[in-house]
Formats: sequence, structure tokens, C-alpha cells
Amino acid sequence: MKQENSCVLEHRLYQGDYRLLKLSAPLIGPLVQPGQFVHVKIPRLEQAVLRRPFSVFKADASGLSILYKTVGKGTAALTTVADGEPVNLIGPLGTGFPTAGNGKTPVLVAGGYGNAALYLQAARLPVKGVAFFGGRTSGDVLCVDEFEALGWEVRIATDDGSLGRKGFVTAALDEWLAEQESGVRSQGAGGGEQNETFQSLELFACGPNAMLRAVGDRALAKGLTAWLSMDRNMACGVGACLTCVIKRKTAGGWEWARCCKDGPVFNAEEILWED
Amino acid sequence: MNKPDLKVRIGSLEMKNPVTVASGTFGYGPEYAGLVDLDRLGAITVKGICTEPHVGNATPRTFETAGGMLNAIGLPGPGAQGFIKKYLPFYEKYSVPLIVNIWGKTVEDYSRVAEIFNDQARIGALEVNVSCPNVKEGGALYGTDVNLFRTVVDAVRVRTQKPLIVKLAPNVADIKVFARAAQECGAEAVSIMNSYPAMAIDIETRRPQLANRTGGLSGPAIKPIAVKLVWEAARAITIPIIGMGGIYTPEDALEFIIAGASAVAVGTASFTDPSSAVRVIEGVEAWMAAKGIGSIAELRGTVQA
Repeated sequence: MKQENSCVLEHRLYQGDYRLLKLSAPLIGPLVQPGQFVHVKIPRLEQAVLRRPFSVFKADASGLSILYKTVGKGTAALTTVADGEPVNLIGPLGTGFPTAGNGKTPVLVAGGYGNAALYLQAARLPVKGVAFFGGRTSGDVLCVDEFEALGWEVRIATDDGSLGRKGFVTAALDEWLAEQESGVRSQGAGGGEQNETFQSLELFACGPNAMLRAVGDRALAKGLTAWLSMDRNMACGVGACLTCVIKRKTAGGWEWARCCKDGPVFNAEEILWED
Repeated sequence: MNKPDLKVRIGSLEMKNPVTVASGTFGYGPEYAGLVDLDRLGAITVKGICTEPHVGNATPRTFETAGGMLNAIGLPGPGAQGFIKKYLPFYEKYSVPLIVNIWGKTVEDYSRVAEIFNDQARIGALEVNVSCPNVKEGGALYGTDVNLFRTVVDAVRVRTQKPLIVKLAPNVADIKVFARAAQECGAEAVSIMNSYPAMAIDIETRRPQLANRTGGLSGPAIKPIAVKLVWEAARAITIPIIGMGGIYTPEDALEFIIAGASAVAVGTASFTDPSSAVRVIEGVEAWMAAKGIGSIAELRGTVQA
């Protein structure tokens, strides 16, 4: 965890209203692990006392980038930063995705630009699998080429059917999981091996809370491991203020866990969802 | 140019500079240790602790407003024994004085937590939170009724030899009444102010922005309120005042000291920039040196009003 005065290397429209912001971050960039985030002091947002957390899309010694769209005052102000402008960062923050377990076959599930938070994981996982991307329309499905270039098979679902399968990404996932479970696509010979193939699936997901919950519920019902990147409003970003807490199951009930420190990535079986 | 003497004393607690952090904004200390050299601070004030572990409020717990934020965290915490086990050992490798903020649902709770911490040598002072706007039991009630206020401060006083700092509520008709009561009950200092009771509503859902419905406003928006309360209290009492409320810059801290504070706390500013407290210390020292002011005492309460 470092605090760094970074500088804007590149800031441009990426696709539709989505923007790519690349920052020089020689201290923070090389430290970023998949699923971690940076806490950004937005320039010229003088009335705001809080930083804004952003998942890291790509990161290396040359810098780190984030993918965002305008959802509020902070992101609206962020659209005005110019090349060369200083931007103060704290990061990398939080507990990100674990590497897939031995012999596991990774599956990525993302809603909208949630897949930005999965990119580093996709790049660093030794085994590439299938990635499910959902969005409202084709314009909300991003980075397909980039994931394919890493060796992932990308399957798309859109609410309006303008790209890929029509419907939620979880419907596409369901269909595929059912195929895997029944062994339709299995290359293996015996039923036991098919089952083993299915049980080797490990899910990594980022997107809206309803999608994460749906992914987690499916994984738990089928005995699979799922890692969910949770999004909550944050204040401090370092685990001090206890704003971004979610309920984590314990032996006797539940406890608060901090999305900024204990998460944002949690094992689906840990999360006690609130209605 | 001589270096000014920044030392401040609160009873037996010696701060090498007048800057601490406001309870609740700095966790228990370790959270910021990777970003801030904790030993640079005059003292660390940790999040409020009561006797037993406490779960706090539902979410959402904070909401950003113009020039500030609302919080209704509700004092979740590990309880007195949990704090001693989980966090006190962390301070063995630091020399920074430690102020522990304590609270209770009942007067007996306050006594017990004070008694438990009285045996802990690493704890330099207790800050008594009688003014949390976000817990239903006790909390703000003890801070706004002067008879209850005295009962709590008396009860804590008899259970501890450690310096007592009483954190005052801002939402009272006359801050001087509470400042005097704290002094008369034997407190070594008062801290002014806690966050100001406040509310924000989502106009689309017509629901409050906080699960607790109301919360405490902090940040630059409340600074002028806090300066006024410090100024008023300073004329009523002789014990030190720790001023807080929206301090972001050295100039903010100096304003509080000129109003009558002996020390200050940086709160919400740590969220905006974790290095705020250290920048305040450096800037206060540089400003005093440039003006040839030799000590905090020389500057304190020098407002021409």
C-alpha cells in the first residue's frame, strides 16, 4: 500500500461512454494483484472529502489503467482530467482474487465493465477457460478482443439480444454449466471423469450485486468455488472507517467484513446476503 | 531561526506536537501504519471502545455531502478485552502516545471500561465519548443533559488515574456549561467537537441516505462551528481544549489554537489524504518558526475578539 502522485498518461473514450484512464504509477503499478483497487483523489472535485475507488484494469511498471463510465459526481469530474495532469492515488488496496486452485479450470463471469476487474486475473491465470460477459446492450460489452487475445473463450449475453445470447449472463452460464455437468461437451470417456471435470470449475466474478449473488448461489448449489468481487461505497479505503462492511458468515452467525480490506473479493460461501 | 516548542501536556500525557487524529477516523492505528509514520503524530486517538464487542449500525453508514460527510457507523468494535488483545501489542513498536476513546450504554459501562484500561500502561489517556450522535443508548444523551454528563464523568474519574479528556457534543445551548462541568468533575481536558447531528435524504426513494436515518456531519463544513465552540469554551475553563472539526491544513489548526485550543485533531481529512495530519504538524511548525512564535502556549487563545 503506497500513496503516490501519479500523472495522466492517456485518457480517452474507450467504447461508447466508457473511458480509459492510464496513469503513471511506478510505485503502485508493479504491486497490483488481480482484483485489487486504487483509491483516487479526483482533481477539481473540491467539495468532495472522499476519494473514489476504482478496480485496476491493467497494471505494470509502465503504469496502471482504469476503465470507467460516468455514474455520479466523482466520475463526471474525472472525465475532465487531461494528459499530464497529476492524480493522487492510494493503492494497491484490498484482497483480490486468489490464483485458481491446482487442477482447477477457471470460469470468468462479468456484468458490464466489471470485466475490467477480471482482466489481470485472466492474464495471470496459468490455465485459460471460458469467460461469460453480460451487458444491457452490445455497447456495454467491452474488451472481448482483449480477453480472446489472452486465450479465453468469450461467451456474450445482452439484455436486448443486440450481441450474443439474449438474456442475463447468468442464463448463459446456467446453460453452459448444465452442459458441463451432463458431460455433453466432455472429451472424457467415463462418467466419473466428466464429473471430475465439472467439479474442477472455479468461478471468478465481478459485476452488479444481483449478478454476483446469482453467480454465488449457482456455485454453492453445485458445490463449486466462486470468488466474487463486491462493490460497496467506501470512505477511507484502508479498513479504518468501517463504511463498506458486508456480513460474513461465522461458525456462530456472522461478523462484519470490510470490502476495502478483507475484500473486495470474497468466497461466495462466506457472504451472508441481505435482502 | 529557532525551532518552536510544539510540546503540549494533557495531565501526565505529553504530546511532542499538538496534533492527534480524531477518534473513528483513524481506525485502531494499524490501518494507516503503511501510509503514515505514526510516531510523527502528537498522539493517536483510536476508535471508541466499550466493555463488550459491539456490532454497530446497518449499512449504508456514511454519505458524502458538500464539504463534508455524514457518518452513522454506530461504534462497532472488539470490546475492551478484544482491543487489549488485538491492538495494544501493535503499539509496542511505537512511541506515539495512545489515547483510547471509551463509551458505554450505561454509566456502569463507562466505569467498567475505564477500570479495565486503567491497568494498561501503554494507554496514555482516555477520551470519554459522551456525544456520539449514532448510538441510541447513552451516547448523545449523556452529552446534552448536564446532570447525566456529570454522572458519567464522575463515574469514570473515580475508576482511573489516567488523564481524562471529555469529548463534548456540539448540539447544546451553551458549550460553556459542559466545559465547566467537565473541569469541575476533574477532567484534564475537553475535546471539542464531536460530529454535528445531521441528515440527508434521497429524493427519488424519499429514504434517508443512512440506514440509521441520521448521522454526524464532519469535514470542512463544520469547521466554523467548531472554532466558535472552542472560542467560547476557552473563556470558561482553564483545562486544555483539543479542537477538532474540519481541520485539513496547518492554517485550520492554527485557527483553532488562536481560538483557544491547546491541541487539535485531524479527522475526516485523513480519508481525503492520509498524510493530512503530518502535513498539519509540519505546517504549524513552519508557520510558528516564520513568525518567531516560540511555543503553542504563546499562540493559544490570542484571538483579538
